[in-house]
Amino acid sequence: MSDHAAHSHSHELENFAHPAPIWQLLLVFVALVGLTIATVFQSTLELGNMELILALIIATIKAVLVMLFFMHMLHDKPLNVIIFISAFVFVALFIGFTMMDAHAYRDSVELKNVDSPRPAAAAHE
Amino acid sequence: MANDTATLDPHHFDSPRQQFDAGNLGIWIFLVTEVLFFSGMFCAYALYRSLHPEVWTFSSQFLNATLGAVNTGVLLFSSLTMAWAVRCAQLRQRTGLVVCLAITLGCASLFLGVKAVEYTHKWDMGLFTAGFYESQFLPGPAHTGLSSYLVRLCILPAVLAAGCALWYAFALVTRRKRMTEIAGAMLVTALCFFLGVFTGVGIENASQAAHASEAHASAGPVSHTEAAAEAEVAAEGLAAVPATAATVTHSSLLEPAARVPGAPTPEQVDQAGGAGLFFSIYYCMTGVHAIHILAGMGVLIWLLIRATKDQFNEQYFGPIDYFGLYWHLVDLIWIYLFPLLYLIK
Repeated sequence: MSDHAAHSHSHELENFAHPAPIWQLLLVFVALVGLTIATVFQSTLELGNMELILALIIATIKAVLVMLFFMHMLHDKPLNVIIFISAFVFVALFIGFTMMDAHAYRDSVELKNVDSPRPAAAAHE
Repeated sequence: MANDTATLDPHHFDSPRQQFDAGNLGIWIFLVTEVLFFSGMFCAYALYRSLHPEVWTFSSQFLNATLGAVNTGVLLFSSLTMAWAVRCAQLRQRTGLVVCLAITLGCASLFLGVKAVEYTHKWDMGLFTAGFYESQFLPGPAHTGLSSYLVRLCILPAVLAAGCALWYAFALVTRRKRMTEIAGAMLVTALCFFLGVFTGVGIENASQAAHASEAHASAGPVSHTEAAAEAEVAAEGLAAVPATAATVTHSSLLEPAARVPGAPTPEQVDQAGGAGLFFSIYYCMTGVHAIHILAGMGVLIWLLIRATKDQFNEQYFGPIDYFGLYWHLVDLIWIYLFPLLYLIK
């Protein structure tokens, strides 16, 4: 009985904080800076269409690092993770469907009234 | 036990953990709305980039990748200190928490300082939104010396810095420890804006000088001489006399890149006016991001004040944790913005 009481007491003061170790925070930061340097370096290479894909892959690796460790998704409840990830599913649907027929409605999204740029302000005599 | 009830506020929660989980669920749902909100702008970006890839390659060269990279580093560092602040709150390290929050605040301010230089430099060059975009090939006024836009943008931070300095001095003289901490953090934050501005101006001048020497190296044909002359003026930076260059082109900034035959030349892209579209999207995305930084700074000040009151501990660290999640999301968005806007070739 006293065992149960002790259990409920410890439940009351349950230690739910997961302080991240300092080495982990520093390591993630170093990795993020390293990946930033990598993406800057990658942009100097001639890669054609691969350039955008590679840049997005590096950005996604960085985003996953931030989410797992800085946003401590590793320790979070699965429900919160599912809710957050579901947002990206809808983003993918949104952008995916928009891009699928982008050329079909091309005419209606072009800016027609701003065809020529203004000359620089002082160029008018 | 007394401590436990003291931290359990309001009393309709069963346990500190339940209180934390309730807030945590709320902030995750808020972050979902934030992601969806930003996705509209990413959608516009994807749509117009796919319709006008040549405009993106042309316009992106006006963005300074070094400044963007510096700002990325600053934001990543502020994310580190914010994650560290959560750790400090969970371990009941009051001083550590105050210092971490102050550094995060300073980094946010530094970020905005660099951003101010980036924006004002573009306004000087006439790189405005669609409809206001000024041609980079037609003759225009030369911009040398300190940007008047930048000076005007710096007025409010300067006033705030002076106010914080006075406040800090007052707190020191009257020996109020907690007020000293808060005012000191605010003063550092205000000064960090100017650190950002000086860093930005320095890097901007350095890259202009680099462009100038490049222009010198390739100044063989007659048509390049004017560009080289303008570049020389730009390289002299603050010391240049504005009167000497009344109307010159900005063309020294346009690097002659190897192009596919048949693709539109930079002049054609510029004259077609689409570059304004890029800058509309650029200002919108980075501007809304900067507004999020500003809002975050407001919340950070509130958290800082609460942290000096020693209100956070291993049973009650929710506000720090929730704000940390928001701050990391803002960082996350910048992680995508940086390569998508600055690193296009």
